[in-house]
Amino acid sequence: MELFTNQVLAGIATGAIYACMALAVVMIYQAIDHLNFAQGEMAMFSTFISWQLMQWGVPYWWAFLLTLAFSFAGGIAIERLLFKPLAKAPILTNVAGFIALYGIINSFAGLIWDFTIKQYPTPFGSSPFLGSQLISTHQAGMIGVTVLLLILLFLFFQYTRIGLAMRAAASLPESARLVGINTSWMIALGWGMAAAIGSIAGILIAPVVFLEPNMMLGVLIYGFAAAVLGGLTSPLGAVVGGFLVGIFENLAGTYIPGVGNELKLPIALALIITVLVVKPAGLFGRPIVKRV
Amino acid sequence: MSAVEDVVTEAPAVEAVPKRAMTLGLGTSLVVLVALLIVPLFVKNFIIFQLTMLLIYGLAVLALNILTGGSGQFSLGQSAFYAVGAYTSAILIEYTGMNYALTLPIAGLICFAFGFAFGQPALRLSGVYLALATFALATAMPQILKLGFFEHWTGGVQGLVVTKPDAPFGLPMSQDMWLYYFTLAITIGIYIASVNLLRSRSGRAFMAIRDNEIAASAMGVDVALYKTLAFGVSAGITGVAGGLGAIAVQFVAPDSYTILLAISLFLGMVVGGVGWLPGSFVGAAFIIFVPNIAEGISKGLSGAVFGVLLFLVIFLVPHGARQVAIVAQQLIGKLKK
Amino acid sequence: MTAMLNVKDLRAYYGQVQALHGLSFALNEGSLTTLLGANGAGKTTTLRAICNMVRSTGAIEFEGKPLSGRSTENVVRLGIAHVPQGRGTFTTMTVEENLQLGAITRNDKKGVVADIERMYEHFPVLKERHTQQAGTLSGGEQQMLAVARALMLRPRLMLLDEPSFGLAPLIVRELFKILGKINREDKVTILVVEQNAQLALELADQAYVIETGRIVMSGSAAEIANNEDIRKSYLGY
Repeated sequence: MELFTNQVLAGIATGAIYACMALAVVMIYQAIDHLNFAQGEMAMFSTFISWQLMQWGVPYWWAFLLTLAFSFAGGIAIERLLFKPLAKAPILTNVAGFIALYGIINSFAGLIWDFTIKQYPTPFGSSPFLGSQLISTHQAGMIGVTVLLLILLFLFFQYTRIGLAMRAAASLPESARLVGINTSWMIALGWGMAAAIGSIAGILIAPVVFLEPNMMLGVLIYGFAAAVLGGLTSPLGAVVGGFLVGIFENLAGTYIPGVGNELKLPIALALIITVLVVKPAGLFGRPIVKRV
Repeated sequence: MSAVEDVVTEAPAVEAVPKRAMTLGLGTSLVVLVALLIVPLFVKNFIIFQLTMLLIYGLAVLALNILTGGSGQFSLGQSAFYAVGAYTSAILIEYTGMNYALTLPIAGLICFAFGFAFGQPALRLSGVYLALATFALATAMPQILKLGFFEHWTGGVQGLVVTKPDAPFGLPMSQDMWLYYFTLAITIGIYIASVNLLRSRSGRAFMAIRDNEIAASAMGVDVALYKTLAFGVSAGITGVAGGLGAIAVQFVAPDSYTILLAISLFLGMVVGGVGWLPGSFVGAAFIIFVPNIAEGISKGLSGAVFGVLLFLVIFLVPHGARQVAIVAQQLIGKLKK
Repeated sequence: MTAMLNVKDLRAYYGQVQALHGLSFALNEGSLTTLLGANGAGKTTTLRAICNMVRSTGAIEFEGKPLSGRSTENVVRLGIAHVPQGRGTFTTMTVEENLQLGAITRNDKKGVVADIERMYEHFPVLKERHTQQAGTLSGGEQQMLAVARALMLRPRLMLLDEPSFGLAPLIVRELFKILGKINREDKVTILVVEQNAQLALELADQAYVIETGRIVMSGSAAEIANNEDIRKSYLGY
């Protein structure tokens, strides 16, 4: 029983990271109807920035905040420069754009910081949390930061004018313009926020998976799985999906024989395909009716 | 349950390419063919090997082109089919001693079945969802190949070494040169078959689905059948390419078939021009030679070079090599006057 | 007196297809004008061209300011509210959020709160449903909501695209009564596009008839309504 509780808690902790990634994916999906395949690489690059800042002697939380700001600005810049011109292009062109971005960021991270694995600090320590052997303080910190982030985001979207405008622009761009919302900038803002949220995921998971240019690939796939499970149109769904996927991954690894770390990605694959086939709209998403 | 539903008219996944614009004219084809036949006689073995790889990747890109340019479906997972083909050939050659040439149709058939099966869930998916599912497939493939369960056959992380075939009938040519002509023959066969496929009834059905799936189904096209068929055909050709690749490289290992390979093939298609079959080989040349040059400058640079070039293509020549070819043709036409 | 909205030689295009062929008309401040015509005559396109939602040439001036080159949202910010065909309701948001969105460009918080209350007086049914998802409202209720949302902008000019579409006759009468009241009491200039010519002419004081992208007739609503030839050939009743 203790093993079970332990695995569920560990699942919630990694699930928190998946939830962040899923949220970032959903933010961009809602704004432009595309999946950002470079989301993980953007997060990885942000994490390297924070690492570099700490190498230069900036204290952890300052590095954290500076990285958030950098990621936010970077996300907006990427949208303005590269993806705004593609707004009306076919899906294929957009997918190609995301793939290109993936290659560029991954490659540059390797060029600047090389491909060796680096240790990444945690401000929470890794001793047992509250004297219990179940989870470590870092895992508790991951959950705590994510939950705080989610609450802030909820308040932002529900109670601020700009949050309302962003929701409107995402759900019905033409109507949004007709009430005077600059939808184009709302999309850019969505990119900025997605990049910032992704950077939080990267910074929190880096002490666990270690820092290197390919660190986010697995996390991104699980983030996609979480987003799809929750329904790509629902931020709440993305979060719930993240936690569920995290728990599922840990339990599968513990209780299904032969499933270890080396099956991590096939499990995510199976999960994504199962959800897409059984319930394409996800748990919380809205069904979409197609017409000619 | 929310009572609210979104109704959308989906943007087409890719821009339509008219059927006639998918191939080369007869004259140009002959010139290219002659060039392909005589070039190996004048160059070094290593270059012949690279040309062989060009044809092999060209086939893989062609397969993707049939899927995307033909039926409008995406795949970021071609590396998975390529890997299955490669392993099929490698295992058959090494464990059963089967003739390498015979392993290729088997690799093709197995991949066709695999692609057809994968096309079943893919049926429900379109656009970004399909890109996502195949992306996940490509990332998962190396781990599946490393599984302890298959290790006896696949050699696990170590992979398998494949023996390179000699030229048959005592023909006086090097292994590399023989393999080149062997690959060329298969490539020409598959290319002609692909052109005919796209010109056939099935090809028209593919294109109808590409341009408007719902309208196609209203006109009586069996959308489910043709979508899975396109997946199967594409996977099958990729499998043959994978088998040839295993023989040419003489080695298969899980980490040769990562998402990067899938991305390269995708890139090759975009650069060559989506839906333009000859462009597949232009794209293949691009993905073989550009990394060589980039890695020569700095290790790890090829991703960035790929990415930047891809953006340049998207912004400047969105129809890839096809567009360049059309412009060149017009220029030549003007010069003649 | 100069007109509030002045449209000169308006031509609009959908891709290669030209939908408007040199349309000119003017709206006086405080007027309630209707634009009549059959399906495909170009009524909706005219409204969309005013808000720069289609590619167009020609000159449109609003209170002396040219509108060309402005993005849709910047046209709206000048005080032009547009109730689009199909109502453009934010179906996944609550009724109250829809109203707040109508006032999203305004900075006077108190005024917005007061205006929401005022809308609930105009349209009591919206008050009953203010926490409901707007998509669950009936067609008539959604049309009320769309009009209320447009009014939340405190517009100087309101453009309505077939507000009667798909509504029961009783509800249409009620809606038109409210529109008249808004025009008189709130001094909002209104341009309403309609296929239901009879009702629209009862409501409006000015009318234009448009056919295949050109104005073919203009005059006071009463003149047009009383001219049997026009009625028979263009308005079909």
